[in-house]
Order: sequence, then C-alpha cells, then structure tokens
Amino acid sequence: MNLEELKQIAASTRDEQAKFDHEINICMGTGCLSQHSDTIKDALTKAVAASGKNAFVRRTGCMGLCAAGPLLLLTNKGSEHEIVYDHVGPEHAEKIAAALGGAPVAELQCDLREHFESQVHVVLENSGHIDPEKIEDYIARDGYEGLVTAVTEMTPSEVIEQIMKSGLRGRGGGGYPTGLKWSTVAKAVGDPKYVVCNGDEGDPGAFMDRSVLESDPQRVLEGMALAAYAVGASRGFIYVRAEYPLAVSRLTAAIRDARRKGLLGNNICNSDFSFDVEIRLGAGAFVCGEETALIASIEGRRGTPKPRPPYPAVSGIWGKPTLINNVETFANVPPILRKGGEWFSGIGIGKSKGTKVFAITGKIANTGLVEVPMGIPLRQIIEGIGGGVPDGHTFKAVQTGGPSGGCIPAHLLDLNVSYESLIEVGSMMGSGGMIVMDDTSCMVNVAKFFIEFCMTESCGKCIPCRAGTAQLYTLLTRICEGEGTMDDLDLLVDLSATIKETSLCGLGQTAPNPVLSTLRYFRNEYIEHIEHKHCSAGVCAMSKAVEVTA
Amino acid sequence: MSPAPAVDIKTLTIDGKEVSARAGQTILEVARENSIAIPTLCHLDGLSDVGACRLCMVEIAGTPKLFPACVATVEEGQVVTTSSDRLKKHRRTILELLFAERNHVCSVCVANGHCELQTLGQEQGLTHIRLPYRNPKLEIDGSHERFTLDQNRCILCTRCVRVCAEVEGAHIWDVMGRGIDSMVITDLHQPWGESACTRCGKCVQVCPTGALFDKSKVGSPHPKYPEFLPALQMMREQQ
Ligand SMILES: Cc1cc2nc3c(=O)[nH]c(=O)nc-3n(C[C@H](O)[C@H](O)[C@H](O)COP(=O)(O)O)c2cc1C
Ligand code: FES
Repeated sequence: MNLEELKQIAASTRDEQAKFDHEINICMGTGCLSQHSDTIKDALTKAVAASGKNAFVRRTGCMGLCAAGPLLLLTNKGSEHEIVYDHVGPEHAEKIAAALGGAPVAELQCDLREHFESQVHVVLENSGHIDPEKIEDYIARDGYEGLVTAVTEMTPSEVIEQIMKSGLRGRGGGGYPTGLKWSTVAKAVGDPKYVVCNGDEGDPGAFMDRSVLESDPQRVLEGMALAAYAVGASRGFIYVRAEYPLAVSRLTAAIRDARRKGLLGNNICNSDFSFDVEIRLGAGAFVCGEETALIASIEGRRGTPKPRPPYPAVSGIWGKPTLINNVETFANVPPILRKGGEWFSGIGIGKSKGTKVFAITGKIANTGLVEVPMGIPLRQIIEGIGGGVPDGHTFKAVQTGGPSGGCIPAHLLDLNVSYESLIEVGSMMGSGGMIVMDDTSCMVNVAKFFIEFCMTESCGKCIPCRAGTAQLYTLLTRICEGEGTMDDLDLLVDLSATIKETSLCGLGQTAPNPVLSTLRYFRNEYIEHIEHKHCSAGVCAMSKAVEVTA
Repeated sequence: MSPAPAVDIKTLTIDGKEVSARAGQTILEVARENSIAIPTLCHLDGLSDVGACRLCMVEIAGTPKLFPACVATVEEGQVVTTSSDRLKKHRRTILELLFAERNHVCSVCVANGHCELQTLGQEQGLTHIRLPYRNPKLEIDGSHERFTLDQNRCILCTRCVRVCAEVEGAHIWDVMGRGIDSMVITDLHQPWGESACTRCGKCVQVCPTGALFDKSKVGSPHPKYPEFLPALQMMREQQ
C-alpha cells in the first residue's frame, strides 16, 4: 500500500457512492439496535427497491442522540444539507422511501437544530456517516492517509512533534500530555515495545469509547498504528470490556480488514515498520481501567494496581516499555496527522485543546453522545445541546468525571469546560460521563451511590481504599436513614482526606470526591438529614427517624 | 585487574539528617540504616514490596503528594520528612480502619503481646476508634494439623502470599474477592489442611497478627520470628 493506492481506493469508493441520488444512513449503534434498528434497515432496503428510487441504505454507528432513536440520517446528491429522522420504525419505511427526492416526512423530522449545530465533530466525524465494518468507507473519508503519509514520508520524531504541537491530552481521565508520553516511550530502552488501547470504560453512565469503537473502529486502529510507528512498538493490545459485544465484533472485523489491506501486519507500506493488534477482553472490573492493573490483567494476572514508578512507559507489559492511551485519545490522532498539530491546537482553550466527547445521561432531555470544543460553557452543553431538564423539574447538579468526579451545582453552570476549570470546582474531566440531576435527586444519596460503586469496585489491596470507602458508605447510609450526627460530617471529611492522600491508585485517590463536592455545595442537605430527619427530595426513607415537631 | 564497578551514590536529607545511599535503594532502607524509624506493616525484609498498608507514607519537599517509603527510591537532594502532624494523623486513621475492619480483640487473641498491629497502635498513640466497627462474621480454618487461619485477625498484608510464593515456592496462598470482601485463601479456596501446603510454617512466622498461628501455642505466648528471612536470603545468595 502506498499513498497513491490508498487514494485510488478512496476515489473509487466515492465514485461508487456518487452513483446514488440519496444516501440513507441508519444508526445501528447499541442504543438504536436495542430498539431494533436492524429491522428498519431491512424494511427500508425493501421499500427503496420497491419504490424504484436510486438510494443507498447503509448501516452506521451511533449518531449521538440516543434518546430519540432509532435515528436515520438522509443526504441527497448535490446537497450538503442533512435530514435527521427520529423515532423511526419499520412501519415508516414506505413513507420514507416515497418522500425521497421530495419534501422530507414532516412527522419524523428531528427539529433539534441546536443539538447538532453547536457540536464540533473531530472524533465523531465519521460516526453516522460510514459503515463501521467497511474499511473502504473509512478510507473514502480520508482514513489511513495520516498513517500512510507518516510511514512513507515522516520520521517517528516528526510524528511525535505533530502530536506535541497539537496539545492533545489524554482523554482517559488524567489529561496527561499525549506527545510527552509518546516521546518518553520512544526514548525508553527495551524490545519489544507495546502499544495498549484502554477501552475498559467502567464509569457508570459513560459510553463514549464504546460508541467510537462501534462507529469507527478503523480510526482507533490507525491511531494505534501511528503511535506504534512513533514510539517503535511492534505489538498492540486493545483492552475492551466483554460487556461490549458489538464493539468487540466490529473491532475484530476491522482488524481483519486492516490486515488484508496491509495496513496492519508485517512491513506496512513496504517499510520495515511492522505492527499488529490483538483484542483482550476485560471481565468488567472498574479498577482494570487503571493502567498498572490493566497491564496485570493483560498479562493474565489478578487486576490490581502497582505503585508507580516504574511507569508503564519504562516498565509495562512483561517489563517492557508500554504506551497506554485511551480510545478517544487514539481517535484524535489520525486527523492531527492529516491536518497538522496546529489545526488541532486552534480548537479549545488554554491548556485544553481540541474537543471532548461527553455521554450525557440522567435527568436530561437529549440523552446521548455529544462532541464539543473544550472551553464551551457547561450551560450550553446542558441547556442547549442537552435540551435541559425535562418534565418541568429544575436542574440541581451535574456530576462529571465518573464515580470519582464531583457534583457541580447550578450556580457554576457558566463554567467553561476544561481540565483545569473542572478540578478547580472540585470535580474533574474524567473520561467524559455527565450525569444530570434535578430536584428529585437527594445529594446525600447521590454521594452514597457513587461511594457504593467505589467500594464494590475497590480491588482491596490497600487499606485506605478497601476499608475507607466501606466506612464512608456506612456513615452515609447512617445519614440517609436519619441516624447521622453532626460529628459524622467531620469524620467524613477526615476519612476522605486520608483516603485521598494515602491510597495506592487513582481509584482511592479520587473516590471521596463525590462526598467532598456534595459537602461543599450541598451541605444544607446533609444538615437537613441529620438535624431535621428530612429529605426534601423525598428519596431517603428515614425509616428509623422520629418525627420532630417544632 | 579490572576496576571496581562505579557505584552511583545519592545524598539526601531525612528528617533533617544528611544521609547517603546507593541509587535504587528505597527511602525505607536508607532511613532504617540511619536509625530513623518509619512504621510499616506489609513490608518485610526478605520479601518483595507491594505498597499496600500505606503506613510508611512520607513527605518529600516540593510536592504535596505522599510517597510509600517501602517502594519510593532515593533521589539526589531529596528532602524527606517521615513524621509530621499530617502523617501522624493519616497513620492513626489507617490503623483505625484496620482495627475496625475485622474483629481485632487483643484480650482474647493468641498474638496478644506479640502483634505488630497492636504494637503500632500503641506506638502511634491510638487511644480510641472513631469509626463504627464492622464486626463481620468470618471463618476460622482449623483443618490444618499444625496451624490455624483466623480470618477475623487478617489485615490482608499478603506477607503469607509472598513468602509462600517467593521463598517457599509453593504458592498455596492467594487473595480472592475484591474490596472489603477480599480474603486470603489456600489453593482453590480449599481447606488449608487439604491444600498442597508443605507445612514449612513460614507464613505463620511472617504473619504480623494472630491471623495465622501455631496450634501448639494457644494459651501460651506466641512470638513470631520473621528475621529468619533475611538470613535465609543471605545464605541462598552465598550458594
Ligand atoms: C480506577 C481507574 C479507572 C480507570 N479507567 C479507565 C478507563 O476505563 N479508560 C481509560 O482510558 N482510562 C482509565 N483510567 C486511566 C488510565 O489509568 C490511564 O491513565 C489512561 O488509560 C491513559 O490514557 P490517556 O493518557 O490517553 O488518557 C482509569 C484510572 C483509574 C485510576
Ligand atoms: S510498608 Fe510501605 S505500604 Fe506497607
């Protein structure tokens, strides 16, 4: 494969697609598939054939607006304009086919302009537009141009330079500068070196990485291959949780196709660069997303974290230098190589460059996946793109950063989202889960929920995390049952400090965040539970409470 | 004659005292060489380190983070503090967590007077436990002809796991479950007496509490002698 051959594949695929007057993309991500979008595809294919229209029906990955699924995206030849239909069913197939070329079916048309128009798609640029199991579709949208150009025309250090320039930071939670990590692994001594893609994604409410893997798996493979070329690695692992069967099957197909095209395997582009990827399934332990635990798991051992240093960059899988990046981090790499690091650093603010994919769930109208430029106000994500809190309820808080992030209250909604700003308000970027809560959520109960998650997901190796989270859970349960005392609040703070400062890995070091952030912004709710034995959200039963009369 | 290999020497300050060390040594090693005490529980001379008990955390000037002295290696010019109000507070809280986690009742424990957890509690000035006792119902495995495993006293330091795997080479011990439900087990969670145990008793000697004990010692003092490990290691290296 060389650049010319690649462009030929792209051109002929585009020619093939240009033969059709209409393109009908139907979402077959996990969300829409759960509402049987596959049956819609079959019905549409039949209806289109029967109608005699010259249209092409394609299965694609997630289009983002899962709450309104199944979704369908329609384009007409010669027009940039995209029409989105929501809540589509097989019964609409004939109507949709009949309307092709004329006015869209009004009753199906999705009118959420603001939802789509204030997003910037870099990672998700192909989601909803390509068939995830067709490598040609990816190539037709400039896929693998970055890799082939890099391998044939650039040195590894030039690749790293572009990543450095882009200002890309890890999307797996820590926000560590990706270019710096790559150059460390490139300099590390050891053979072979490994590249690992972290697709463990264990945070409750998060499905960014799953969606990327399901919608555009080749992009992740290209990102990994570019990383491997840059750091001098020859083997790669993608660690995906077994609960993501669709992602796994699409990745398996993608790896096979990339090998057939010579974009993975030995002597890529007739160079002496060889790189191949294997999938490793995780059994769904949150802690296995932590890099040292993930390495242990790949090696076939119990997934418990180890003290760092040594960092994986120096001593990772089987003691060899190992580069670990998140799915979304890798997905950002191909466009950076294609368009240049400076293009990427033009998006975002301050030290947070590019875009971020968020999975918005909870008490929000437009549940789903969004990709926004860094620096966007939180309010715009929640009220604009997310459509606000439904059913006449009022917004109370948004939890970002996964189970160990913090709850951000309404008065901070004008915050510009960046790695730094989120930490300042006691939360964090994390991997991109956003859980919206309204006046029916009790913040003490929310803290209890997240602590329970951390307690059950703690590996049990170090005492502050193992027993500390269990103690926090007991104290919070006591407060929720109306049995807490004001002393318990001091104990919560004290215990949280020890867990944060002395735990071995990031799980424990961040586990108390939900407790501390709710204590910071919603202390009145704690006091209400303790002193008045009352939960104004009506969530806590206060079973053991005695009625207090004034 | 070939010249002796160059040794990389680092100098650093621990608790105000200037000390020197070989590159690669841990802060704990160097502190102890210089008679500076750092409390430890999971560490044991002669075994690999896991950094699990977090009692050895120390401060290093220039960063707000704390570091486990048993695994953190020395750096040139480092300024280490092994005892401060902040560290003492954390150590007491960690000990509280350990005491409240299972059923540590010193007065009726076979290891009373010879227990590292008990000694640490005394040394660190632990006067009372603020946290609710969890009082879990746990098993006692008395199936072995010579030894007993009492889960109520186990603090999951994994010394038994390491000594059995690394020194005895039998690896009958391991940890099952996760989080607060973690538990040391023998073989495939089979009774100790039916396991592939070699009956060497090393695990009993390294156990810091009364979790593993010698049946013949019940009712009499049960001191343990983990010092055999470095001696054994030295002998093996000389062979
Ligand atoms: C408890 C815990 C869970 C984690 N889970 C994930 C995960 O699911 N996916 C991920 O990419 N990173 C996860 N991380 C972060 C990884 O340790 C690591 O920093 C990351 O994969 C590095 O990639 P990046 O630099 O591209 O972000 C987790 C960290 C901790 C402490
Ligand atoms: S002795 Fe260092 S963590 Fe236990």
